[in-house]
Amino acid sequence: MKIDSLALITICGMALMTYITRAGGFWIVSRLSLGKRMEAWLNHIPGAVLTAIVAPALSAGGLAEVVAALATGAVAVRSGNILIAMLVGIVVVCGLRILSL
Amino acid sequence: MRKPGKPTQTRYGDDLVLFNWTGIWTGAQQSIPIAFSVFAYGLVFGVLARQAQLSVAESLLMSGLVFAGASQFVALDLWVAPLPMVTIIFTTFVVNLRHLLMGAGLRDWFAGLSIAKAYGSLFFMNDESWALTMAAYARGERNAAFLLGSGLTVFLAWLSATFFGRLVVAVLKNPARWGLDFAFTAVFVALLVGMWRGKSDFMPWLVAAIVAILSSIWLPGKWYILIGGLTGSFVGAMRHED
Repeated sequence: MKIDSLALITICGMALMTYITRAGGFWIVSRLSLGKRMEAWLNHIPGAVLTAIVAPALSAGGLAEVVAALATGAVAVRSGNILIAMLVGIVVVCGLRILSL
Repeated sequence: MRKPGKPTQTRYGDDLVLFNWTGIWTGAQQSIPIAFSVFAYGLVFGVLARQAQLSVAESLLMSGLVFAGASQFVALDLWVAPLPMVTIIFTTFVVNLRHLLMGAGLRDWFAGLSIAKAYGSLFFMNDESWALTMAAYARGERNAAFLLGSGLTVFLAWLSATFFGRLVVAVLKNPARWGLDFAFTAVFVALLVGMWRGKSDFMPWLVAAIVAILSSIWLPGKWYILIGGLTGSFVGAMRHED
């Protein structure tokens, strides 16, 4: 069990910073009394953040990623099952990449 | 039930929202698919950690205490002797700033929890678990232990994979070859379509997408999530009064 002390300090610093980001957002908004506007903002966070994660991944990818995303979305709507939707997405993207689309 | 818009947080045990093993179990079960891809990436992290000359103990400490994939990969990239401590710590903070927005999104559900449960659960909040949690809340799930159950599942996958990846020689050198890189995108897409509430979501999502794409081109790291998410949700808030 070799732990370099400088590495240990660095890792602890990283851990502290990361926890601050995890706890900080909730800490701030749980201390605010919210108006209608603020409430509406919080309600829009999940969709906006997920879109912000997905959109660049698709635009940076090729046709394979976009087609696979469409297939994934369609299966998710139909089945409501994330596992099946995910597997379909992986199979489609893998297949299309092999065909190098 | 508490009135919406008035958060009250209890100091000790008395939760105002449901939080028990059933929730942990539900969250854990629904995270099993994503745990497999997290495991695959944990293996890669372990392999790279060996190359960056982190010891087994150091690799496990990093995965266990930091538990944030993207920032850990970036840290490995910066991990050269003499160790640029301040740079690594600051970069970690910046890469993980998106968590602020995610935590804010949990307010309605978590405000009624005791401090220990809320801030304990938040340690395990990761992109995937957060997304699953918000989707579950939108579907009507009310057991706030869902995030903890999901987070613990992902945590175990990440930590054990780090261990195997660090010990065992590269098995899975390139997860992208097997489409595993797409697993995360696929899960996010599947959750996103379930969150569509109608026309009022169109503009916020469109703006979030455009801003995120542009930010991902011009800015390094994960800034695009924070910037796209902020802009999109602001647009949603602005249009609210119309």
